[in-house]
Amino acid sequence: MSNHLKNLKLKIWRQDGPNTAGRFQDYVIDEISDEASFLEMLDVLNERLISDDELPVVFDHDCREGICGTCSLMINGQAHGPERRTATCQLHMRKFKSGDEIVIEPWRASAFPIIKDLMVDRSAFDRIIESGGFITAPTGGAPDANLIPIPKPVADAAMDSAECIGCGACVAACPNGAANLFTAAKINHLNVLPQGQAERYKRVEAMVETMDEYFGSCTNHGECQAACPKEISIDVIALMNKDYRKSKVKNRKELSRG
Amino acid sequence: MTITLDSKIPSGPVADAWSTYKSDVKLVAPGNKRKFKVIVVGTGLAGASAAATLAELGYQVDAFTFHDTPRRAHSIAAQGGINAAKNYQGDGDSVYRLFYDTIKGGDFRAREGNVHRLAEVSVNIIDQMVAQGVPFAREYGGLLDNRSFGGAQVSRTFYARGQTGQQLLLGAYQQLARQIGLGNVRLFNRTELVDVVTVEGRCAGIVTRDLMTGDVVSHAAHAVVMATGGYGNVFFLSTNAMACNVTAAWRAHRKGALFANPCYTQIHPTCIPQSDPTQSKLTLMSESLRNDGRVWVPKNPDENRPAAEIPEDERDYILERLYPSYGNLAPRDISSRAAKRSVDSGRGVGPLKNGVYLDFSDAINRLGRHVVAERYGNLFEMYERIAGENPYDMPMRIYPASHYTMGGLWVDYELQTTIPGLYAAGEANFSDHGANRLGASALMQGLADGYFVLPYTIGNYLAPMLNKPIPGTDHPAFKEAEQAARQRFQGYLGIKGTRSPDFFHREVGRIIWDYCGMERTQQGLEKALSELPALYEEFRKDLRVTGDGTSLNQTLEKAGRVDDFFQLGMLMCRDALEREESCGGHFRAEHQTDEGEALRDDDKFAHVAAWEWTGEPTQSVRHTEELTFEAVHLATRSYK
Repeated sequence: MSNHLKNLKLKIWRQDGPNTAGRFQDYVIDEISDEASFLEMLDVLNERLISDDELPVVFDHDCREGICGTCSLMINGQAHGPERRTATCQLHMRKFKSGDEIVIEPWRASAFPIIKDLMVDRSAFDRIIESGGFITAPTGGAPDANLIPIPKPVADAAMDSAECIGCGACVAACPNGAANLFTAAKINHLNVLPQGQAERYKRVEAMVETMDEYFGSCTNHGECQAACPKEISIDVIALMNKDYRKSKVKNRKELSRG
Repeated sequence: MTITLDSKIPSGPVADAWSTYKSDVKLVAPGNKRKFKVIVVGTGLAGASAAATLAELGYQVDAFTFHDTPRRAHSIAAQGGINAAKNYQGDGDSVYRLFYDTIKGGDFRAREGNVHRLAEVSVNIIDQMVAQGVPFAREYGGLLDNRSFGGAQVSRTFYARGQTGQQLLLGAYQQLARQIGLGNVRLFNRTELVDVVTVEGRCAGIVTRDLMTGDVVSHAAHAVVMATGGYGNVFFLSTNAMACNVTAAWRAHRKGALFANPCYTQIHPTCIPQSDPTQSKLTLMSESLRNDGRVWVPKNPDENRPAAEIPEDERDYILERLYPSYGNLAPRDISSRAAKRSVDSGRGVGPLKNGVYLDFSDAINRLGRHVVAERYGNLFEMYERIAGENPYDMPMRIYPASHYTMGGLWVDYELQTTIPGLYAAGEANFSDHGANRLGASALMQGLADGYFVLPYTIGNYLAPMLNKPIPGTDHPAFKEAEQAARQRFQGYLGIKGTRSPDFFHREVGRIIWDYCGMERTQQGLEKALSELPALYEEFRKDLRVTGDGTSLNQTLEKAGRVDDFFQLGMLMCRDALEREESCGGHFRAEHQTDEGEALRDDDKFAHVAAWEWTGEPTQSVRHTEELTFEAVHLATRSYK
């Protein structure tokens, strides 16, 4: 049954644009149902701000079922808030109690510049995928799907990595602002599959080096795995590093065969 | 204006139509393709696959999305799977069966030619997606696994855990990303279409608004593809993502593209019931759950024991009782109405008595908890996160919600709208699902259109345009459209009323849901058609959008979308009022069998209703395209 939370003190990061200084602003939510989601709580706040003729808080969100990866909030210093395996949009107010102070910030990472308030620009992720996060398979020439049997454990391992929703929580949680978990998840998804072998080393080399252009370096803190709403294991980073090292030999060998 | 709706299906048997078409279609030589620019609006399954394939072929492609990245499109949220007539299970499937099931599932209101082609290319989709690395579920031997889905008696649904849409979209997005990286596609993100431009009756391009800066900009092209999804958010509470809207399709409609069958909307039977008035969206639980879950309500309306304590003989397994041969896998519209009738009769479950049970205890006893977890683990977790109850121990509570819209821009066999050069693909068009879509067929259609249909049909339009000049963005038609768009957005800011766009959206949604939702009546629709214009008037007088139009302003974005929902909502109600029969998702209470099933009127309504915009939302003109059935016989749809 639903209960109501009272007197929530919100401290929300407000920033007018990419090049202006930001500041925390305080708001109080007098009453909200614990059945409401966290973002619905912000919806309620925004409705009130509009009726007070103020600017509503800008935040990214879309599917509200934890799969599109659009939502992105630091809640009390934790990416996506206190519940494990949960994106912000799936966080519900029943995780909080009356009188709580809740600090809400955008992702903080130099590769994710703030656009406005709580919204950031994550297009550096797209640059990584564009550099090699695919299997070259132009439409039309594919062989029958059952031609290459893929052992179930391999398909499952690929799927475990492929679950990444591209939200950027891993980067936000990382003290170095590194994107190794995101990049490695995508690489591992494609590199374990038989279809991905032809471009395996080219892919890893291109993606890792594009990642390095934008993001900080990994020093094995492991915060990314804890923040990941899909709980993608940092094992994928080890696999990426292994393939990346090999790529330096493999790719050169192939070039020299020329 | 006289409009002839020519479907352009090649003559001859429907099974040969697509190969006939492909043999006759005009081609553009490889070296000439780069002379053509194609705009693709939307980057979901249909848009991403179309943009990637057109770029692979050599066309210059500009792709537009209002998201921050193409990978966010709402295709990503599809859970259950994608159908294909592979017959890998050897259980009697074939192209014809998938074709027939789709026509029947759509209650004989879809066009045979398009649906047959869909079934034919379905097999190529699976091949293509596997080649791209989509990690579909597999058997221990390494071959692809299938599951069954509503409306079919074979197992033809391919899936990737409960995230099939995500995996397919990422596949298509990766192909698109590759083309972006190669410089063959220019991507415009956080950019929304605000108008379509026609010159001398042809589509000349689009006008967009940069959501970050408010800049209104024109883009000229030889052809434009609308892959902009459906309009289910007109109901306010739906399973659609928050940003899903009808604006792109609606703006095309206002520029001359006919809008077909707007009243065909799908209410999905298995969503989590509303729990709170502040709720902003409803969450769908995959229909695949009905493979192992049993739908029931207590026989006694005053029942208040927990589910587990209610004895077997006091439970009513509604779908198994009413539809013994399909049982819990009856199609969506039929299952939804059965749930609605149970709740309306006071036998609903949960604190607000607004749901029915979906119970897995039999499956857990039969298969073991680990097998159930393997199949549905992530869905169970998602349910628990939202509803706060654990479905391993307590049955889920579900209720129908708006999910998908079968209506959309009218297109011919080539997926071209009534504006030459303007195409519509995926959920944005009306063509393949008739009055009701079967589960796991939306992903199939999006990818069929984008990968395997448009790349052929667009060439047929472009070939004769080779080396002929097209209007540039300096053409007065572009300038006028830009000006109109700027004024429209300035207008929302200038009203300075008292109510937010969300307030009006909620109100429109309530009216449409009450009178044009799961069950419609003449009286209700007429009521809606008197309430909606009044509310729209209020919207135009009392809207409040704070902030300005020259920086990111989500309230302003929303205002434009709600404006278009108002206009569409009126058209939906008119369409529902004029279609005096029940078919698929369109259920008119006046037209039902003694058992409460949909009663079609094939003599009067075996046609597509395609609406022409005349300038006033309530004054649109209805045109029709007769549907002819050669390969299947019109029959009463029965799932008993």
